Amino acid sequence: MQMKLLGALAAAALLAACASEDNSGAATGAGAAGGAGLASGAVRPGSQEDLVANVGDRVFFDTDSSSVRGDQRATLERQAGWLGQYPQVQVVVEGHSDERGTREYNLALGQRRGNAARDGLVALGVSSARLSVVSYGKDRPAALGSTPDAWAQNRRAVTVVR
Amino acid sequence: MNQSVRVDAALSRRLALLGFGSLLGLPSLARAQAPAAGGPAAGGQVIDITRARTDPIPIALPDFAGSSGPAQQLGQNITRVITNNLRNSGLFRPVERAAYIQTPEAAAGSPRFQDWRVIGAQALVTGRAEPQGDRSRIEFRLWEVGSEQQLQGTAYTANAANWRQIAHVISDVIYERMLGEKGYFDTRIVYIAESGPRDRRTRRLAIMDQDGENHRFLTDGTFQALTPRFHPNARQIAFMSYNNNQPRVYLFNLDSGRQEVLGNFNGMTLSPRFSPDGRSVVLSSVRGGDANIYVVDLASRRERQLTSGGGLDVSPSYSPDGTQIVFNSDRGGDQQLYVMDAGGGGSRRISFGNGRYATPVWSPRGDLIAFTRISGGRFGIGVMRPDGSGERILSEGWAMESPTFAPNGRVLAFYRESQARDTRGGGYSARLSMIDIAGFNERQIVTPTDATDPSWSPLLSS
Repeated sequence: MQMKLLGALAAAALLAACASEDNSGAATGAGAAGGAGLASGAVRPGSQEDLVANVGDRVFFDTDSSSVRGDQRATLERQAGWLGQYPQVQVVVEGHSDERGTREYNLALGQRRGNAARDGLVALGVSSARLSVVSYGKDRPAALGSTPDAWAQNRRAVTVVR
Repeated sequence: MNQSVRVDAALSRRLALLGFGSLLGLPSLARAQAPAAGGPAAGGQVIDITRARTDPIPIALPDFAGSSGPAQQLGQNITRVITNNLRNSGLFRPVERAAYIQTPEAAAGSPRFQDWRVIGAQALVTGRAEPQGDRSRIEFRLWEVGSEQQLQGTAYTANAANWRQIAHVISDVIYERMLGEKGYFDTRIVYIAESGPRDRRTRRLAIMDQDGENHRFLTDGTFQALTPRFHPNARQIAFMSYNNNQPRVYLFNLDSGRQEVLGNFNGMTLSPRFSPDGRSVVLSSVRGGDANIYVVDLASRRERQLTSGGGLDVSPSYSPDGTQIVFNSDRGGDQQLYVMDAGGGGSRRISFGNGRYATPVWSPRGDLIAFTRISGGRFGIGVMRPDGSGERILSEGWAMESPTFAPNGRVLAFYRESQARDTRGGGYSARLSMIDIAGFNERQIVTPTDATDPSWSPLLSS
């Protein structure tokens, strides 16, 4: 229990790593389950809360890029290991962009980011049958500010348990 | 002298044509007043933009007369719609009503031109409105004050509920008689109505008259809808729906209210636009690492791939003659505009200014392509010729995109977003605007909620 709580705090800190002090709320609230595990204290293994708290549910991208950055690979590796631990779990990889582009281009960019994260997981041994991808472009930001910090948090691919 | 026209749903498409029939009082004179009577045939020149900016036509619009209280009310309502349309175009200046000397009732009988000349009116619109059971008869005349000539006289009968459309049709007749090019008032705009917090927005298809009236929602918000575009017959809309969490291009039928997926193609489909003949939809589809342009035949639902240049190719838009397609691609490293043959070959880049270019849309006149430019951290809406020359930025700000042309190619609608002031997104908004392609007269369109992705219909009664 204590381990998991620590893990959750660490994950929250990671999500807010590139944000100014008051952005952590936006970042943790953004995933499908957000910080719900923190509040309840009960994290079901193999759940979204588990993924967020103990693995990290998202990878970040550079502006206009859909290559998984070197510093994001570790997250994908943890996700692949976690998915190996819970073989019944199916996930959707949601691709997103920041707000500094046009809607249609960002929809395509989000899809390409989602595909890149999916391909990364497949390369790490996850069956592609367990993975689907959907893009929301700039239309579902995790951080709601109009700052470079918020944009960095929004250029992301989020793995969400179905 | 008068021509009588019935307006019904079935007949309305013919209405403008009929209205232009035998009653053209002094066409040569009207044309002489118009700065660019030649239209697109005369080399793509629109109205002289300096004149448009500095010298809108002063026009007097006394309330249409009526023989009873309800008739007068109808007359006032119609006159108000026409006056707003003409004023909002930026090309007319309705003369201050307090200055009117002759009464509306008297003017509807026989204008005393001296009374209108002395208050500076160059044109005068008079009319009568008569409710007849569930129908209305509306008669109007357009006068040129200086020559004391009637330029147009037309009577319409229509379902009483259609009085707004009559007012728009009359506005279009006035616009065309005075300016020598077709109007755009009898049109609608389909767009995305947005509500709720920005990370969990509800996005619904919505439609309204171009002046914001007759607003209604077309989808209930269960699934996110984006990027609607009118069919050239104005009865159908192509848009992107997240139905079943699978973002695909859908078709919405305005007559039946039904929607259907365009096709179950492999991968996300987005950014649809109809071909000018209405028989196919051009769109983008992301498969693997690339997004390419495809055209889908509406009858067979078969797709044909048009691009394979690498990178993300999105936002295709046909030239009005259907022979070319402009689109947006980052194949060269960043987003630029490219034009290719409608069959897929001959792709060439046309944007070479500072910044990234996106959301190109071809003018219905064929003479211009409107676009979004992102440069130096700011967004702008601009136009350029189809060969990329003559670029002009019409409006700039924090964020704006998605221009759409009025059917006469003279006005653009687009959406403008404001910057969030705090980390909760406070201060963010998205609103529709219109601007003259000469870069003046930008106005916000009032909508019930935040609004994005406008698409302008063709003329409904053409």
